[in-house]
Amino acid sequence: MDSKPTIWQTMQQKGYSRRDFLRFCGFAATVAGIQSTGLPGVVQAFEQKPRPPVVWLHFQECTCCSESFIRCSHPIVADVLLDQLSLDYTETLQAAAGFQAEKCMQDTIKNYPGQYILLVEGSVPMNDGGVYCTIGGRTAKQILDEAAGGAAAIIAWGSCASNGCIQGAKPNPTGATPIHKLVNKPVINVPGCPPIADVMVGVVTHILALGNLPTLDSQGRPREFYSRRVHDTCYRRPYYDAGMFVESFDDDSARRGFCLYKMGCRGPVTYNACSVTRWNQATSYPIQSGHGCIGCSEKGFWDNGPFYQHLAAFPGFGIESTADSVGATVAAIATAGVVAHAVTTNIRKRKLIHEHKEESVQETKGGDR
Amino acid sequence: MAHVVVDPITRIEGHLRIEAIVDNGVITDAYSSGTMVRGFEKILKGRDPRDAWAFTERACGVCTTVHALASVRCVEDALGISVPKNAELIRNLMFCTQYVQDHVVHFYHLHALDWVDVVSALSADPAETSRIASTLSNWPKTSPGYFSDLQNRLKKFVGSGQLGIFANGYWGHSAYKLPPEVNLIGVAHYLEALQWQKDIVKIHAIFGGKNPHPNYLVGGVPCSLNPEEVNAVNMERLNHVGKLIDDATTFVEQVYFPDLLAIAGFYKDWAAVGGGLKNYLAYGDLPTQGYNQPDAFKFPRGAILDRNLKEVHEVNGRDAAEITEYISHSWYSYAGGDQVGLHPWKGETEFNFTGPTPPYEKLNVEGKYSWLKTPRWKDNPMEVGPLARLLVAYAKGSTEVQDVVNEALQKLDVPVTALFSTLGRTAARGLETRLVVRWMKGFYDDLIAQVRSGELSTFTREKWEPSTWPATAEGVGLSEAPRGALAHWIKIQDRKIDNYQLVVPTTWNGSPRDPKGQRSSFEESLIGTPMANLDQPLEILRTVHSFDPCIACAVHLYDPNGKHLHQFRFE
Repeated sequence: MDSKPTIWQTMQQKGYSRRDFLRFCGFAATVAGIQSTGLPGVVQAFEQKPRPPVVWLHFQECTCCSESFIRCSHPIVADVLLDQLSLDYTETLQAAAGFQAEKCMQDTIKNYPGQYILLVEGSVPMNDGGVYCTIGGRTAKQILDEAAGGAAAIIAWGSCASNGCIQGAKPNPTGATPIHKLVNKPVINVPGCPPIADVMVGVVTHILALGNLPTLDSQGRPREFYSRRVHDTCYRRPYYDAGMFVESFDDDSARRGFCLYKMGCRGPVTYNACSVTRWNQATSYPIQSGHGCIGCSEKGFWDNGPFYQHLAAFPGFGIESTADSVGATVAAIATAGVVAHAVTTNIRKRKLIHEHKEESVQETKGGDR
Repeated sequence: MAHVVVDPITRIEGHLRIEAIVDNGVITDAYSSGTMVRGFEKILKGRDPRDAWAFTERACGVCTTVHALASVRCVEDALGISVPKNAELIRNLMFCTQYVQDHVVHFYHLHALDWVDVVSALSADPAETSRIASTLSNWPKTSPGYFSDLQNRLKKFVGSGQLGIFANGYWGHSAYKLPPEVNLIGVAHYLEALQWQKDIVKIHAIFGGKNPHPNYLVGGVPCSLNPEEVNAVNMERLNHVGKLIDDATTFVEQVYFPDLLAIAGFYKDWAAVGGGLKNYLAYGDLPTQGYNQPDAFKFPRGAILDRNLKEVHEVNGRDAAEITEYISHSWYSYAGGDQVGLHPWKGETEFNFTGPTPPYEKLNVEGKYSWLKTPRWKDNPMEVGPLARLLVAYAKGSTEVQDVVNEALQKLDVPVTALFSTLGRTAARGLETRLVVRWMKGFYDDLIAQVRSGELSTFTREKWEPSTWPATAEGVGLSEAPRGALAHWIKIQDRKIDNYQLVVPTTWNGSPRDPKGQRSSFEESLIGTPMANLDQPLEILRTVHSFDPCIACAVHLYDPNGKHLHQFRFE
């Protein structure tokens, strides 16, 4: 037997439970990423036209993803539309309506089989035969089936298409269903409510300019933008580490920009690029403007509230388990270096974690919520 | 007689279907149907009222922030919270930011292609285009080289055979009246506006962290002011806001407003089309002395009936006799039957989908045909939106509004009655944008003065903790979305949401008929609209787009199990 202890053995020695370990494996899998497969030949297909044809479908959504997309600054959206893509169908911007609009989509599906990118904004209502979202008399599901069949790649924009977002929150009255559960091919999930504009364009142009598909994590998110927790890259992180927290909005600590963890910040459980890329031409991001992250790119974030109640456990393995749960063990073994680093980091914080757990539990028992 | 179906109506927010009856080239009847629902209401029940702004903000990503504002107001109204002056000013700045961005995007990206023929721009003379553009305003991008470069780019784009978002447009339609040069200016500004709009929303990022969907806070705003700190809204951040306001003013005065006048000048016949209803409703907004002082709002509150500008009626969001909703033509049912109207406080929502099984060709417009309910004010159908706001302000004697309106009427050489039309509605949106950028500068100056005097508070903690709340509370949050009157009603019980309801602008404008057969705005305004070519619904788009429809937030909750929901509704 090798004398070198396994990660599990190491963790046992440090006092972690098996459950903690499994949760941690999930976290490690996200950090490591899981190579996406089954998207062959996409780039080749795109190279055959001067501008790759794109179909953008709208289902159960609020159009915030489209609005975010047009906020992109590098490149600007006009250049994307005129030079980089042929956006053949999007209800938000296209000139044609009704029959002529529908024909735009039909033409692309017919003329470019296996060669167009399908972008989907919104979830698909699956209850009651899908009568809760119809376009041109057809259900969202019928339209998705038609468009997905010949798509070279499918990108799910935003939390609606990636995980159901708000209409998928309990009790999910319309049966709102994310795209990856409805199509028989891999889907690139770009969650967020909405996603950051330049991340959206970044994902598309990654495919076109770099000639490959971004590596996805086990939730189908591009690692390029979703492998770091907002907390880990937050410029206020030093205040967390030093235990300096905002205790109330606009208190003296808030005016000095301390950590918003106690105000309910979901940065520790949220994988997104906000604190690095930031929003609106890197002007700010939620925490920088004084409000905690609400975790809008995480599956089930609407049901992870109330938003102003701070996390029950932090930053132990429990919170990381939201990131991944499938294929975790394999990934963890493959990424021993990452795991070892993560273990060290977490162990160092053990004492602090313990203190916060106590406080959080106590407050929850207090009954206000 | 022909039955014309336009589905999807594009260049709007959400999913809208229009069916129209056309006789001898003129629309004689029309039906408006919202075809998507999400069902927020059950989702909101039982949640923390302080979280409601985030949920309801997701009703719409185009008019982002307005639902958040209405939401924090209704919670504050219920709990008796008055926000600090700085919070009022910052909220106003965010409100104005939304208006300017939204109205510019509507004009250029959602509406302009109804008036501007992109293909015609290919045959424009760049030198003549330059000459015309330089007579419109002092906007610097008017050289012949600028327009010829653009035209060449456009030619290359069209020559590629991939027309993208311009594919299958109605280019060459007889209803397009602009000369090629003005079309080329329109295309240039379409692209410039697309680039500009991403900048103005940085104000949302500065105060609210991001756009779309910036953050709000019950009791104030989440950002802190601190001129001694790099980690708060300091002078650098405020300077940034000030610069963005100046840029917005320039864009509105040198691009949007001149374009509006130039294009309108060629379409004066549309000042006689699409008038629709004769009743107008505005809740008003932009408080200057607190939410409970509507007389001090920049946009005043009131209702106008039968276009009588001599009388403005009081509007009370709390009065159960004023606002009611009907479902006689909506896919819902009430315990009291299809004929009754219910005030939002007493609303019921029972799903009752009776439409055809998809895929379908036609709706049964004699029966129920939409996911939108039908709101009425004292049983009158009302138009809401920029035109309603301007008319109420005009009739209430606001000289600031009267001056802006009269100036435009004079420049276009049209009478005041021209406002009651498709063109008037589109013009009203541009006119109020001029007002909003001016007011914005005023709010900004006020905020600077506050900071200079050392007044930094942006939040009141007094009622933040649920333990300080009464066992039950109810509130109303009235606001004006860019598209029109918006209101949220909340009922709080045991510190949780017991009932949360919204009546939103496009529910007023885009709803189906009421039990009396009275049409709402979309349907009424389409009557009399000419259609040159039944296969090309360009004229329908012009009138429907003049309302700037926003469907996602206009639909109500349904219950998939047909369960009766007596108290909880989300519209």
